[in-house]
Amino acid sequence: MSLRERLASGGFAVTAEISPPRGASTGPITEKAALLRDWVDAVNITDNQGSNARLASWAGSLAAMAAGLEPVMQMTCRDRNRIALQSDLLGASALGIRNVLVMTGDHPKFGDHPEAKPVFDLDSVQLLWTLRAMRDDHVLLSGRTVDPPPDCFLGAVENPFAPPAGFRAERLGKKVAAGAQFVQTQFVFDAQAFGQWMAQVRDLGLHERCYILAGVGAVRSLRALDFMRDKVPGVQVPDDVYRRLRGVPADQAAAEGARLAAETIQQLAAIDGVAGVHLLVAGNEQAVPGILDGAGVRVDRDGR
Amino acid sequence: MTTRPPVPARPRLGARLAYRVQRTLRPRISLRWLSARIEASRPARALFTGAERQAKQDLFGCRMCGQCALPVTGYVCPMGCPKELRNGPCGGVGADGSCEVYPALRCVWVEAYERAASQGRAADLRLLHRPIDHRRWGESSWLNYWQGRDEGLWAAAVGDTGHEGPSTNSTNHRRRVLGGS
Repeated sequence: MSLRERLASGGFAVTAEISPPRGASTGPITEKAALLRDWVDAVNITDNQGSNARLASWAGSLAAMAAGLEPVMQMTCRDRNRIALQSDLLGASALGIRNVLVMTGDHPKFGDHPEAKPVFDLDSVQLLWTLRAMRDDHVLLSGRTVDPPPDCFLGAVENPFAPPAGFRAERLGKKVAAGAQFVQTQFVFDAQAFGQWMAQVRDLGLHERCYILAGVGAVRSLRALDFMRDKVPGVQVPDDVYRRLRGVPADQAAAEGARLAAETIQQLAAIDGVAGVHLLVAGNEQAVPGILDGAGVRVDRDGR
Repeated sequence: MTTRPPVPARPRLGARLAYRVQRTLRPRISLRWLSARIEASRPARALFTGAERQAKQDLFGCRMCGQCALPVTGYVCPMGCPKELRNGPCGGVGADGSCEVYPALRCVWVEAYERAASQGRAADLRLLHRPIDHRRWGESSWLNYWQGRDEGLWAAAVGDTGHEGPSTNSTNHRRRVLGGS
């Protein structure tokens, strides 16, 4: 069963992510895909995550497919202009990559090439709109015809916790209007605050037009916790979560992080309109079975 | 055309006053006629564009993209966003409303939202902005506005149907205006 079918069937979807290697081999992706294959519906292949140059997302997506795991190809607006982005969608679709996740992307300042030219020719709303027009209207931004059109399931991201609070659900609304069919959110550490955002999302009726997957991360070390709190743009770690993880011995931080993630998943699954979870565990894929087990989430393999 | 990287700028003109000034600048026959005359003369056009550049740079940190979004962004320039986002803030805005790239500065979209909301114009931020035309950097956006060349810059986000495509490509735009598909 594909991610799209899982969501359409009303089942609880689980996605995770794999960050491609900094090297000319898909081996690490194949290994990680084997770890995740029986636990998730699909896996995001990040696009030069954190503005660090890595193996291309489309190549990583092909490797995941070869390993029997459905990919979600991430596509940021940071490094490519409208010509390259449209071209990449055609290539990805031609090679069988169906799920495409569109995002603005981190600024180059945060990565290993801070001196690079930030492209941002399109923003995420414009890119979604463009890709949808290619698929549904069979046209490029230039107005020229696309034949045959790409077949894709379009995703977006949203950060429910970043200011302006009054605009975050509306912003998702713009993405849905532009073409987003599913959304994966930024890390949720505070299920209650997420619930408030979901109430706004429901008021706008967005949960009926777009599948919402809540982002859940597993903190694997105290160092990672500090990094996440202080260095990752847009991530907010509430004080009680911080204290809880700080309160255990360093060697048990990973186990406590996994427990916290499992509890968060249970809380999120109970919120009306949440269609699944997205596990933000790049580099920590081995934690996935434990977290899902702890949360009591079993991806039904029947029909696959 | 532009060499200055985008940096969030805080407008020096109050939101209320900005909307009031906007009302006097709306396209009308007189302004259409005047702008056509200005465009017809190269020195007049250069002079006018230079004056616009100076005024909008001082007031809004304008970078002269030539396709102004200010009337629907609470008069906060989105081209000051380091990612030049035209459709709202990225996910990296700090909890205090700061820009992720320039933490000492305020996110232009946080500012835009507050200013628009303060004048009852928060709904403006729902508009879907089409990709900009990079050939138009350095042009006068006032002349473009009065000449009606800005009409396709954004569309109402009315849902899954009812709004046209994402392209501002002139051929498409003409076709649309003429009622084609």
